[in-house]
Amino acid sequence: MEALSNRKKVLEQKPMNFWERIYLPAIFQGMAITFRHMFKKKETIYYPEVQREFSENWRGMHSLKRDEDGRERCTACGLCALSCPAEAITMVAAERKKGEEALYREEKYAAVYEINMLRCIFCGLCEEACPKEAIYLDGPIVPSDYLRKDFIYGKDKLVEQPFNSKA
Amino acid sequence: MNLFYLVAFLSIFFSLLVIFSKNPVHSVLYLIVTFFTFTIHYILLNAQFLAIVNFIVYMGAIMVLFLFVLMLLNLNEETEPLKPTLLKVMGVVAGMCLLVTLAGSLKALSVSEPVVLQNANLGLVKNLGKVLFNQFLLPFEISSLLLLSAMVGAVLLAKKEA
Amino acid sequence: MEIAFVLEKFVFITVIFALSLVVAMYSTLAERKIAAFLQDRVGPNRAGPGGMFQPLADGVKMFLKEEIIPTQSSKFLFIAGPSLAILTACIGSAVIPWGQDVVLFGKTIALQATDINVGILYIFGVVSLGVYGVMIGGWASNNKFSLMGAIRAASQNISYEIPMGLSIIALLLLTNSLSLKDIAEQQHGFNWNVFYQPLGFLIFLICSFAETNRTPFDLPECETELVGGYHTEYSSMKLGFYLFAEYINMFVSSAVMATLYFGGYNYPGMDFVNSLIGPTWGPLLGMGVLFLKIFAFIFFFMWVRWTIPRFRYDQLMNLGWKVLIPLAIANIVLTGVVIALVNKF
Repeated sequence: MEALSNRKKVLEQKPMNFWERIYLPAIFQGMAITFRHMFKKKETIYYPEVQREFSENWRGMHSLKRDEDGRERCTACGLCALSCPAEAITMVAAERKKGEEALYREEKYAAVYEINMLRCIFCGLCEEACPKEAIYLDGPIVPSDYLRKDFIYGKDKLVEQPFNSKA
Repeated sequence: MNLFYLVAFLSIFFSLLVIFSKNPVHSVLYLIVTFFTFTIHYILLNAQFLAIVNFIVYMGAIMVLFLFVLMLLNLNEETEPLKPTLLKVMGVVAGMCLLVTLAGSLKALSVSEPVVLQNANLGLVKNLGKVLFNQFLLPFEISSLLLLSAMVGAVLLAKKEA
Repeated sequence: MEIAFVLEKFVFITVIFALSLVVAMYSTLAERKIAAFLQDRVGPNRAGPGGMFQPLADGVKMFLKEEIIPTQSSKFLFIAGPSLAILTACIGSAVIPWGQDVVLFGKTIALQATDINVGILYIFGVVSLGVYGVMIGGWASNNKFSLMGAIRAASQNISYEIPMGLSIIALLLLTNSLSLKDIAEQQHGFNWNVFYQPLGFLIFLICSFAETNRTPFDLPECETELVGGYHTEYSSMKLGFYLFAEYINMFVSSAVMATLYFGGYNYPGMDFVNSLIGPTWGPLLGMGVLFLKIFAFIFFFMWVRWTIPRFRYDQLMNLGWKVLIPLAIANIVLTGVVIALVNKF
């Protein structure tokens, strides 16, 4: 068969010489390499005590953001739920009452906002779909749990704590 | 002396089990125990070298090979083929002949004076070596030649198969 | 006098037995730690400071696991297998001389359980018996993988016993004695046998790797081909016995190698040190030196395990029969010729 490219390299296999045939030099070489590794820096990170830094484009647990006045940004438009390929997001919208202006930025807000973390594939499409910049996947790894129902995260776990920088 | 009778009883007991157990692997295992009792006999006779050689060669090597082959054959009670009646009759006749011969030879035997070891330390390595390489050098070398020829034969047989 | 002697031996044997068990126990930790260090990890470090209690945790785990005996197996032999394995592993240390005679509480005590005049052969016999535990266990499991493991173990041990015995014969030409005590005494100071028998030592080393079923000769329990090899069907402490027997074997064969080739309890300048610290601490220091050598060998076993990959089966047989046996015979001839020449001139 004709070669399609000239990149083909024919490996020449010479018969082994005496030192190669008794294998011992190669074995000692290998053992020297492994011995050198004893004194190298250990790569281990002691996990629960020390945590590896996440990369910049890491996508972890979702958080629902607040604006600079501490009001929830989400307006329950449903675009995130629509964009979600895993259908992990559900929400119930409600109208903002008088006197709640300090809590919600828009006139409509999400009374219930749930993400099923077992369904979520952390693709970040909800983040991209959101017109209000209300949802970001900037949290840590979603922790493990024993029951399926405990993986459905409501607003209690998702909404960012109000920051008290101004207060 | 009591110890001797205990060990002797055990050797006969286990050699009977070798014959009577139906499973060939169990049979070989009993044979190993029998050889172990032989080792104890040698130690009782103060023949440490022979004891340990019996231990290594018979228990440690030959019996391992026996066991090896039997494990590969995977014989058990169900797969044992039924032997024709003629063969069984022949077996009984042959066994009887052996018994008669043994009985006859026992009758011809006369009881000598109790066996006394001339040299109690004969079984130790140094003495045994001296006897083996001075007095019995020729038989020793001839037996080694015999073993060598057997080995060559085995290699030839193996070559033919390949 | 008689009772005192029995008591002395009893205490000594108990101490040695406990020591070898503790060493084997901590070898399991050392194995994992060394594996970790050679792979840039830290190894088990959660149980106790630096993982010190990991062997205890492992032992508790082994004891508490469910015990399973396969229904189609032959029960007696299934239990006899691991028992034999651990028995043959433990009795090997009986003839090893741990040190010179020590004066303790005004009495001279020999640091050796028994000095039989066929010491090497005894060890050889025990080693050759060791394969029965594996074979019986593998066969009794009534499992094809186990049987394959057992058969591999049998053929491997038989094959490597031969070069091992032949390499010892070359050593015996030098020592003129089968007693391990005599051999150890002859290597007084720095007069170690390894300088006279480097090739013999190499052969013995390779064979002891094979006899203890350590990598690169761990084909009987080769996980990649045979699930777990001969102990596929084993669980709980019966499995623990098999694994533990391997570490005791490693300890004993390290002790044998240190005694036969690396001077045992002898070290350069030992006479001077002995005259300095007296007849009690001198031999005990020698025992410490022997243990250092043993630990070095155990480290070597582990170092090799985490460096060299497993042999293929035909390579194993080729190495044993076509390389090691001819080399060992050549070694015997060479040693004999040299001894004859030295004696002549």
